[in-house]
Amino acid sequence: MIDLLQHLVHGVSLGAIYALIALGYTMVYGVLQLINFAHGDVFMLGAMMGWYASSRWTQEAAHPTWFGAIAVTLVSMAICGTTGFLIERFGYRPLRGSPKLNSLITAIGFSFLLEYGGQFVFGPNPRAFGALPVSPSDQFRVLGVSISYIDLICVGVSVGLMIVLNRIIFHSRIGTAMRAVSWNPPVAALMGVNIDKVISFTFVLGSVLAAVAGILFASAYRKVEPLMGLMPGLKAFVSAVLGGIGNVQGAMLGGLILGLAEQLVSSYVSSQWKDAIAFAILILILLVKPSGLLGKGTAEKV
Amino acid sequence: MRRMSANFLVCVLAVAIGCKKEQQGGGNVGAADTAIKIGEVGSMTGTEATFGTSSHNGIQLATDEVNAAGGIKGKQIQVIALDDQGKPEEAATAATRLISSERVAALLGEVASTRSLFMAPKAQAAKTPMVSPSSTNEKVTQVGDYIFRACFIDPFQGYVMAKFATDTLKLKTAAILRDVRNDYSVGLAKVFNENFTKLGGKIVDSQSYSSGDVDFKAQLTNIKAAKPQALYVPGYYTDVGLIARQAREVGLTVPMLGGDGWDSEKLYEIGGAALEGSYFSNHYSVDDPSPRIQEFVARFKKAYGGQVPDSLAAQAYDAAGMLYDAMKRAKDLTGPSIREALAQTKDYKGVTGDITMDEHRNATKPAVVLKVGKGGKYEFSGRIQPEGVKEAGPGEPPREPKKTEGNTAPNPAPGTTPTPTQAPAPGATNSAQAAANTGQRQGVPAGEHSKK
Repeated sequence: MIDLLQHLVHGVSLGAIYALIALGYTMVYGVLQLINFAHGDVFMLGAMMGWYASSRWTQEAAHPTWFGAIAVTLVSMAICGTTGFLIERFGYRPLRGSPKLNSLITAIGFSFLLEYGGQFVFGPNPRAFGALPVSPSDQFRVLGVSISYIDLICVGVSVGLMIVLNRIIFHSRIGTAMRAVSWNPPVAALMGVNIDKVISFTFVLGSVLAAVAGILFASAYRKVEPLMGLMPGLKAFVSAVLGGIGNVQGAMLGGLILGLAEQLVSSYVSSQWKDAIAFAILILILLVKPSGLLGKGTAEKV
Repeated sequence: MRRMSANFLVCVLAVAIGCKKEQQGGGNVGAADTAIKIGEVGSMTGTEATFGTSSHNGIQLATDEVNAAGGIKGKQIQVIALDDQGKPEEAATAATRLISSERVAALLGEVASTRSLFMAPKAQAAKTPMVSPSSTNEKVTQVGDYIFRACFIDPFQGYVMAKFATDTLKLKTAAILRDVRNDYSVGLAKVFNENFTKLGGKIVDSQSYSSGDVDFKAQLTNIKAAKPQALYVPGYYTDVGLIARQAREVGLTVPMLGGDGWDSEKLYEIGGAALEGSYFSNHYSVDDPSPRIQEFVARFKKAYGGQVPDSLAAQAYDAAGMLYDAMKRAKDLTGPSIREALAQTKDYKGVTGDITMDEHRNATKPAVVLKVGKGGKYEFSGRIQPEGVKEAGPGEPPREPKKTEGNTAPNPAPGTTPTPTQAPAPGATNSAQAAANTGQRQGVPAGEHSKK
């Protein structure tokens, strides 16, 4: 029983990170119907810039403080936000009128550019990450279950950001504009919505969330390397599809399900089956409900 | 689906990068027509990048020394190094390229058994001798009679750690966490399991992961529940570092045991203090006071700006040295002649120990056990001899007939070359096959049996 609770804690913590990344996929899809495959690599960039900011440009990692950790995260968010903006501005915008496949190929191109560009600049070797003043081994026990502070931070920050995101989307002018563009771009344009601005904003928002996810992931697993975005990116994409792509709550739910499924399968079945079963769940859900768990056609898209 | 095509693109891109790298690597243009070309395949980039770069430094040092001393048969040696990025398919492609377009005399590589197993069939088919510096999985040299190695094999490392755990650490129980995607890890885990049990210990839990995973908490939580006295993790350093950290996070505080895949300065960088008090088997120790090792360390440091050679560098140095030694002894520089000379290697004075080829083209030599101390310093904790080596004396005779047969008929009998290995000792054939099945050659079980 305690073991089960322990696995659940690890699963929720992992799921929260998947959910944060999934938000970026789902928002971009909601607005552009584009699967931004470079998103997983923006996540990697977030972690990598966090490493640069904490270990290369400053000595933050040697004596981490909360203030320093927040500063590092903000730097990384700024860089990723800018990158997201640039990718959209120079990669996707010129292709907006062309077939969807062109944008998709461009997305894959950007993904490689970031991965191998990262390998060129950062080096292929994994590096240890330690910007937060707590380490994964700082933990407390509840009912015999050990919970690390990093797990708490992962879940807390993810939930907090999702609430903020929800407010932005449903209770702000730009959010209303995003929903309008998602609904029908030409009509939104006729109503005076600046589509370019809205789409740029969506990319920046998604990339900033990915940067935070990158920092959290690297803090929890202590490793940064140029190809680290590949699997989490793919899993987050699956989470987004699972929850209903284009749906923000769906991305959160999907991330949680995937994180839990992975942990439970590797603890009670076999770690070899972890990904197979996680993806089998995806297929099953999509067979039963093709629009994803919370997907409702176009009604709640953003 | 889309990601699949993405993977395909990765491969295409990787080949493109590979081409570029090679042009940079083969910069020795002036010597090109008279030089003897030696191909090297290694993971210069990727998660095991230090394996490739360390090995490359070792090979380069050995090559430079031989070249400075006049080369082989009056010719200089040119090493053409290709990067496989740690991907098995790339290793196979690189081997093919080196053999068919560069027409290398011999191949050096790979470090990882998985990748050596992809290269070996290409080398065997082209009759190009291949020497792996550090692939310890026994299947590697079973591919064919052109495949050699300069290191001991998995059964021995698994045996070393099982013996160290029971004799020196006096452990009764242990758990295993192995990397199922890695032949090396699976091999070590299997032999550790067999020998630990045979020596009176009990394996209380056995879990697995896939290299590249970052979350091991589920497996470690299960292992903790089984209450082992030690955890055997025969994986590679990146994963092991993370596993060590997460083991401490889930409250598993027992020492970890491992193999030579731990040997990288990155291990401690990633794992940190969580690794202190853990042990791993290795090929050599820089702290070994023997003059042969200290001289090598001094030469290596001088050549690479003070960098200390890890065991992969030392072994690559030995693998290259052993190959060049054989090439000097060979009657000419064709594949079959070099192969003959390599097979006859006896007491080659390598820095990692005296190397003798056994009849399965595996090196017999001792292993050391190192302890990860405070601040990540490796402490020399003991040397374990291949007990079976003395008993494996019968391993010598088959080599003699092989030489004569090979000398008389190197060319006309390509398909039959494996037969001479077994022909003179029909009795040994059965035991060899049986041993291959149980995963225990290398004399270790022989020593076991004779004791019982």
